[in-house]
Amino acid sequence: MRPARTARQLPAALLLAAFLVFFVLPVLWLLLAATKTDPQLVRDNPLAFGSWHALRHNWDALTSFQNDAILLWLRNSALYAFLALIITLVAGVPAGYALAMTEFRGRRVLLVGTLVVMLMPATTLVVPLFLELNEVHLIGTLWSVVLPYSFYPFGVYLTYIYFSTALPPDLLAAARIDGCTEFGAFRKVALPLAAPVIALVGFFSFVANWTNYFLPYVMLPESSQYPVQVGLGLLLTSVPQFNPTAGTGAVLRPELALATLLAISPVLVVFLFAQRFLISGLLAGGTKE
Amino acid sequence: MAGYVVLLAAFGIVPTAYAVYFAFTSSGNTFTGLSNFVNAARDFRYVPAVEHMAVYLVLWVVILVVFVTGLSLVLHQLPARRISRTVRFLYYIPGALAGAASVMVWLFMLDPTVSPAASFLRLLGYGTFGQVIEPGHLAILFAMIAFWTGAGGWIVVMCGALNTIPAETIEAARIDGAGGWRIARRIQIPMLRKWIVYMVILAFAAGTQLFVEPQLISEASLGVAGRDYSLNQLSYDFAFQNNNVNYAAAISVELLVVCVVVAAVFVTRSRFFDAS
Repeated sequence: MRPARTARQLPAALLLAAFLVFFVLPVLWLLLAATKTDPQLVRDNPLAFGSWHALRHNWDALTSFQNDAILLWLRNSALYAFLALIITLVAGVPAGYALAMTEFRGRRVLLVGTLVVMLMPATTLVVPLFLELNEVHLIGTLWSVVLPYSFYPFGVYLTYIYFSTALPPDLLAAARIDGCTEFGAFRKVALPLAAPVIALVGFFSFVANWTNYFLPYVMLPESSQYPVQVGLGLLLTSVPQFNPTAGTGAVLRPELALATLLAISPVLVVFLFAQRFLISGLLAGGTKE
Repeated sequence: MAGYVVLLAAFGIVPTAYAVYFAFTSSGNTFTGLSNFVNAARDFRYVPAVEHMAVYLVLWVVILVVFVTGLSLVLHQLPARRISRTVRFLYYIPGALAGAASVMVWLFMLDPTVSPAASFLRLLGYGTFGQVIEPGHLAILFAMIAFWTGAGGWIVVMCGALNTIPAETIEAARIDGAGGWRIARRIQIPMLRKWIVYMVILAFAAGTQLFVEPQLISEASLGVAGRDYSLNQLSYDFAFQNNNVNYAAAISVELLVVCVVVAAVFVTRSRFFDAS
């Protein structure tokens, strides 16, 4: 029995291992590339560690690019993503709650509107958004990216699903009988129970905004305003191997690898941190049907 | 509530209205019917961009569905739960590299001079970066990058959905003599159907947004990959290079219509408002 079982598991194990290499190897390579010099990157084993010295050198070289531009871009990304996160939660969570737990005129229209906009590709609206924000003279300001980021119909939809499946209406009725106002019932009963979905919406919103490229690329003309994603694009065009016309102030490949690592590190931290609740929270809506 | 309605109006409805308005008017604000659509379609870059998008979307959605479903089923039947969880998480990690970061990583992966898979690339007959990213390869490469960042999250979702299938159902099938393959085909895949449909729709909507990958590849390849590979790039170029926002808006409207039609199919088919 046992050998037969093992034999049957073998193709499955090989398949999983092959995909493990596919998913993990590039990340591993990236981590190691930041510790090498450019010649080492070409010559050495791709999965060998370079040296701390080279890492230090890459850091110095990277930060000297346009006077600490990378740090400025990281700060910009953090500012945009956090401001948007706050507005998203403040506007979106009560909206999801109201859609799920209360009756009002236009509820269905709002629900369908949310769903339709949620399924419209965000990048398609970037050019029209540019025209709109140009009209109100917001192009090139912080708000030209923060405000569109803050509109997050998927978050409203998730909260809506969560409240309508996981929050028993009786609980709210009881709170109202006890003299809670509508707002009081939301704040004292619903909101504490919604912690998992708030975390989930916050996670998705943060990751989506941190990794957005097209919107800031269109809205922000000055490189001092770039978030780190757009900054990476600028660095890329300064790498001679990818763009031989890159002149002085060229960026070497390990520096680009290091910049990529820095650019993803906040998201990676959030990922590791969020691993547990993500798996349970993602299915909070699904399991209760 | 009011805050959200304002956001929905300002950043959902108004830009859509803008797109429609500009798509049907000329630069002098007169109504022009479908002429922006016709003229945009006559542009020499338009047909190739549509073809690129179509090939890319088909490859991306098919690869995603086949491998996400397959890997989820395999992971789900692993006897060791801890290994299954760990593998799922490792698959999920590239999701943190979505956007420009994934393009950076794959530029390196696809460059035979530095890639850890260089010998594999040479085995396929590609000795230089230019050969690897020749135009005919781009659709599959973009699909692969999208799969690399996106598949892990969906595998987590699918495994979660598989967990909701009652163990008794599977047990009963096993007693009736069904093997793993039959259980997958007759019980698990039909029960996953709703989730697969959901994934297809969202993956499709995400796929139509193709911009950052071809944009950065074209910047990094000296024009081996043109700068108008996808429709979003073409729309961008119409608006900002050719100063023709009306053609750009026409393309936006086309993409929106495609996605809203898909959304309508989604809403009617998956009965997703029944939650309330």
